[in-house]
Amino acid sequence: MTQQILFFVFGAIVLGAGVAVVTVRNIFHAALWLLLAFFGVAGLYVLLEAPFFAAVQLFVYMGAIGVLIIFAVMLTQGIMKEKQLPFNEQWWMAGLMAVLLLAVMVYVIRQLPAVTPQALQWDSIDLLGMAFVHPQGFVLPFELASVLLVAALLGAVTIARER
Amino acid sequence: MGDAIVNVSAWIEGLLLGTGLSEPWVSFIMTVISAFVIAFIPVVIVIFLVWGYRKASARMQGRLGPNSSGTWAGPGGIVQTFADAIKMLTKEDIRPAGVDVIPYNIAPILIFFIALVVWAVIPFGPGTVIGVDLNIGIFYIMAFSSAALFGVLMAGWSSNNKYATVSAFRSVALLISYEIPQLLSVLVVVMVAGSMSMQDIVGAQRSVMYLIALPLPAVIFLIASLAEVNARPFELLEAESELVAGYQTEYSGMKFGMYYLAEFINSVAVGAIFSTLFLGGWQGPFVDAAPILGTVWIFAKITLMTMLWMFIQITLPRLRIDQILNFNWKFLVPLALANLCVISIVNKLINAQASDWTRAGILLLTNIAIALVAWTLVALGGRQKRRQYEAELEVVA
Amino acid sequence: MLEQFTFIGVFLLVTLFISCAMVGLSWVLRPKRPDPRKSEIYECGLEPHGTPWFQFKAQYYIFALVFLVFDVEAVFLFPWAKAYSLIPLYAVIEGVLFILLLAVALIYVWRKGLLEWM
Repeated sequence: MTQQILFFVFGAIVLGAGVAVVTVRNIFHAALWLLLAFFGVAGLYVLLEAPFFAAVQLFVYMGAIGVLIIFAVMLTQGIMKEKQLPFNEQWWMAGLMAVLLLAVMVYVIRQLPAVTPQALQWDSIDLLGMAFVHPQGFVLPFELASVLLVAALLGAVTIARER
Repeated sequence: MGDAIVNVSAWIEGLLLGTGLSEPWVSFIMTVISAFVIAFIPVVIVIFLVWGYRKASARMQGRLGPNSSGTWAGPGGIVQTFADAIKMLTKEDIRPAGVDVIPYNIAPILIFFIALVVWAVIPFGPGTVIGVDLNIGIFYIMAFSSAALFGVLMAGWSSNNKYATVSAFRSVALLISYEIPQLLSVLVVVMVAGSMSMQDIVGAQRSVMYLIALPLPAVIFLIASLAEVNARPFELLEAESELVAGYQTEYSGMKFGMYYLAEFINSVAVGAIFSTLFLGGWQGPFVDAAPILGTVWIFAKITLMTMLWMFIQITLPRLRIDQILNFNWKFLVPLALANLCVISIVNKLINAQASDWTRAGILLLTNIAIALVAWTLVALGGRQKRRQYEAELEVVA
Repeated sequence: MLEQFTFIGVFLLVTLFISCAMVGLSWVLRPKRPDPRKSEIYECGLEPHGTPWFQFKAQYYIFALVFLVFDVEAVFLFPWAKAYSLIPLYAVIEGVLFILLLAVALIYVWRKGLLEWM
């Protein structure tokens, strides 16, 4: 019962903050609302009994992506002067894409077989760690993630340097 | 002597059950009480620490420090902090013109909040003498402390002051940079202890504390943590001579006081985390016989680390931002990466049946070897730079 | 698991309460005598000139990018380090490979001179 209430509380935080992100006129405030949305998602992870992912959410999204976004915001010129509504002539296209994305996600989730929760014999983080490096597990994606990170860094640095 | 803290909590629980409350309510009230107790531990420590810090810094600089508070001078001016607290609370809170009101007001609350939050998982004694023993303990601390820089960014950005904005940018660059070596050295500890839970990490240091087995990660962690709490060699945010008071410039009254307190709480928290990760936490002689001694030991270790922090903070001069960032990215990060790689392989090669002391000895030797290699490389690089410089001088001459 | 997080939740609320209570207490106790001269922005005793919300240099952004990559790397490595005692040597070397690939990125950024503070 408490869990349901908390789910709705966190859901409301995420949705409310998400709406604020796209409607607030000040882009710095929008970035701060986005951080609140990230925090709400961390709460949802805790309710799913995935505390590691909750911490990762705080760590990567709030700690790293958030800083990156705020730095990017502050690199744009004259951001505190312009107070117009953040809509341009393409708003309906973005809305359409959002609706489409929602439809696809609802469809995919409905296709999934129902899962009955069961107790794990192992610590879930141990399982994750072993799966990362197990030959039958995710060793290739694990190493590819590293390559991807390097490629992303090189690309981003090249672009940022040209500015 | 039994475990006094457990006994007290059992006594309160019995008292509450005696009033006829139902079981879940009693456990909830106990949770709230313990949350309040743990949240007040750092606040109480800091009230005395501020006095101690001022006394220590005065002595190191050949002054007397606080010795009289208005009409009544307590022993050595110990009431000074209380007088300061009352002064802070009753000061007018000036909100400068043109600030971005909501972030401006949230920032000090956020910074203070995060300074307190990390104390939930620090073990103050064996068994249940801890806020909560999360299985992601140390990761929880790192996650929340990485969110603290938004307080800095919000304060600096919303203050409508150029010094504040520059300071916020600089200190965020510092905070994010030094988080990397910190994380990499925590990874080594997690790897050797086989757990992220704070109590498990303490338990793994039963025979040998990690300061002996892993001195290099310990030193890297300490340096990086000192940078994270803006101790003096890395103090960019205040840098009085160039940035006035950094991102706190436009704050006054209690809001300024909260930054001040949060800085002290963070510094004590670094001591507590370092003691838990590398000094064996509450482990010490006679802990098995009297568990309450564990609490004494951890506080003794925290005091020791806090004194070390004071000594570093008071005696060292401040570095420039390029020196600070160079030291991190070109020395600490490569060293921490090399350390993580080598130790992970060496530790796996040690026989699983080896005793704790053998393992610690081999790890210590590995650490010394890595440190020597790093030292040689730095010395060679320095010599090369110097030759280059001297050659340039000759050309000019 | 969730009992533990009940404590964390309560603790977060308590610490938030304490933080807000301190500001609230001073809000009750403090004198309120606003004055336009008091509320001027500090700028070395001169009249403030221009806005502080100017464009910052891209250098900060590059540091944030490098940080992001290493941050994500650390997140990947935490489960690996946690499961360290359960995995064989070759699996450990896979993790080391992961780290070395990222070290290449650091060396690249270093050689390109992007870590120099300009």
